[in-house]
Amino acid sequence: MSRILKYRELLLVAIIVVLIAVFSYRAPSFASPESLANVFNDTSILMILALGQMAVILTKSIDLSVAANLSFTGMAIAMMNAAYPQIPLPLLVGMAMGIGAFLGAINGFMVWKIGIPSIVATLGTLTIYRGMAFVLSGGAWVNQTQMTPAFLNTPRVVALGLPLLGWTAILAIAIISLVFTRTVFGRSLYAAGGNPTAALYAGIDVGRTRFFAFVLSGGLAGLCGYLWVSRYAVAYVDIAAGFELDTVAACVIGGISTLGGIGSVAGAILGALFLGVIKNALPVINVSPFWQMAISGFVIIVAVLFNARQEKRKGRLILRDAVKHRPALAGAPVEGAAA
Amino acid sequence: MSTLTLEKQPIRHIPDKLSTPAGRIFGSWEALLAAVAIAIFIANSLASPHFLDPWNLSDATYNFTEKAMIAFAMTLLIISGEIDLSVAAIIALASTAMGAAAQAGFQTPALVGVGLGVGLLCGAFNGVLVARIGLPSIVVTIGTMSLFRGIAQIVLGDQAYGGYPASFAWFGQGYMSDFSWWPTLPGFEVVTFEMVAFVVIALAFGILLHWTVFGRWIYAIGNNAFAAQFSGIPVQRTKFALFLMTGLMSGFAAVCLTSRLSSTRHTIAAGWELEVVTMAVLGGVSILGGSGTIPGVVLAAIVMGLVTFGLGLLNVPGIVMSIFIGLLLILVIALPIVFRRIRSRTAA
Repeated sequence: MSRILKYRELLLVAIIVVLIAVFSYRAPSFASPESLANVFNDTSILMILALGQMAVILTKSIDLSVAANLSFTGMAIAMMNAAYPQIPLPLLVGMAMGIGAFLGAINGFMVWKIGIPSIVATLGTLTIYRGMAFVLSGGAWVNQTQMTPAFLNTPRVVALGLPLLGWTAILAIAIISLVFTRTVFGRSLYAAGGNPTAALYAGIDVGRTRFFAFVLSGGLAGLCGYLWVSRYAVAYVDIAAGFELDTVAACVIGGISTLGGIGSVAGAILGALFLGVIKNALPVINVSPFWQMAISGFVIIVAVLFNARQEKRKGRLILRDAVKHRPALAGAPVEGAAA
Repeated sequence: MSTLTLEKQPIRHIPDKLSTPAGRIFGSWEALLAAVAIAIFIANSLASPHFLDPWNLSDATYNFTEKAMIAFAMTLLIISGEIDLSVAAIIALASTAMGAAAQAGFQTPALVGVGLGVGLLCGAFNGVLVARIGLPSIVVTIGTMSLFRGIAQIVLGDQAYGGYPASFAWFGQGYMSDFSWWPTLPGFEVVTFEMVAFVVIALAFGILLHWTVFGRWIYAIGNNAFAAQFSGIPVQRTKFALFLMTGLMSGFAAVCLTSRLSSTRHTIAAGWELEVVTMAVLGGVSILGGSGTIPGVVLAAIVMGLVTFGLGLLNVPGIVMSIFIGLLLILVIALPIVFRRIRSRTAA
């Protein structure tokens, strides 16, 4: 199992390195440390969102409302900053995460307590949250001139060659990987998605775990709402439209199984970086940015194909082991063979 | 830690007496939808004096006819336990292909062929990935949604295709009274081609789903694909056929929509996948597969059309309407679950 995962991440690293090598052949400056730091910084928001999406996907669910959540929270925070410039930045960021987590909790509640399939619930809240951003702002933009310098410039402050935006992503990656691998909640995420029935018997509340996965995803989306607005120095209803698909793409490319329970933080991050490298390289090699959508679609399909092959291989191994260990059962129908 | 919602079995009640056929009809989801449709109709005609104008009503049908064509095929697909989120992207790609063909000087019949052909091809592509290779349809069609619209975006960039032949405009703008055989009765002059297409397609899918062996296969697959396989039902081939149908209907909707707008941008039909799924689910189709009816979806299409038309008459902006659509989607799924839970709790 871990060998397959390692293989997947090494493969992704190799592909990314090859991509960078190919692109820098066309434009040598692409591989410079400053340029690579820029690519990392540019991908920060996608990486943070992918971590939240990963938590949800691990529990056999999906959160399609992250980009709409980002848009609503970004708008709310920008308007707050424009109306009350005296509110300190840490409080604003805390509020962004709080609003985001609340919107995530609404998704989580519907999935946990009402039992609505997550794809439908978040497809619904996707339009609702973005519509709420419109209702909140009346369709108006919040421009650079209306926001305070501290609000706009803090993520751009460069420390050790990387802007704070990039450091925020690194901090999020560090915290989330600790949470996923070292805490009860993190292990519950894997258990709840890997085998919900077994998780239940192991004393894990699957529904509650799902709920908190959505809260986490929402909270990170809220954080990204602030990061996005400050990075692009404008807030309007349509920011990050369709970005939820990029987060799903990053996870799928990174080997997070959409059937739940399989995947690593490194995979999700590398999946996001893969998309980030392509996005930043297209203008460098003179390809129209209009290609990006088709490329990510194509990559998603290839990645799903690849994941399916790996999952199938894993399934066979387990059955063969079961037969080997219990020859008496060899002739009996094996439960789960259908799945 | 009480129960696990996924694996929970519904509690079986054995009623004292069998329900009467009339009772079954009046207690059904379709009856509720019909009542809602009539209520909205009355409310709209009271709210605006222009609502009952026959030409206005005829225009209002464009709110749902194109989406409903796809929703019928989507209904079959969802009943079989799959979903296709790429339908709006198929419209974008088919419309782009038709635009390119029109630029190249092709005439109306060829353009319709191109639109339907691209729809079929896209459906076949989804079908191969899901039915043949066995990938989960949600992720696959999220991928193809991005791929199909991405290709349209590569071809079009920020440009638009126009310049469709004059005769092509008939599919989205024409009236049946253009035909000499169409009866000249009062009220018949406002019937559009799309309305007739809507009725014909609804009948075709209704018959296919409710009165053919193929239709029974779809329910069987949706309820238990594994058991269906062992009953000799060609599960994968059926699913492939359903993806083909959904692609074809998206292609046909693309013909109608492109003809109506007489221009193509890469953002054409953006967000329609959501409205199509909402329409099917509002029509009583279980998102988990295995149940749903075409009459229900017909009524749901009319309800959604009336709601958007009524809100439009009240000058509600489109994005606020989408809030209502989103709420509607969640409510129609949540309410039956909540009611069922309350009923089983009071019975137990």
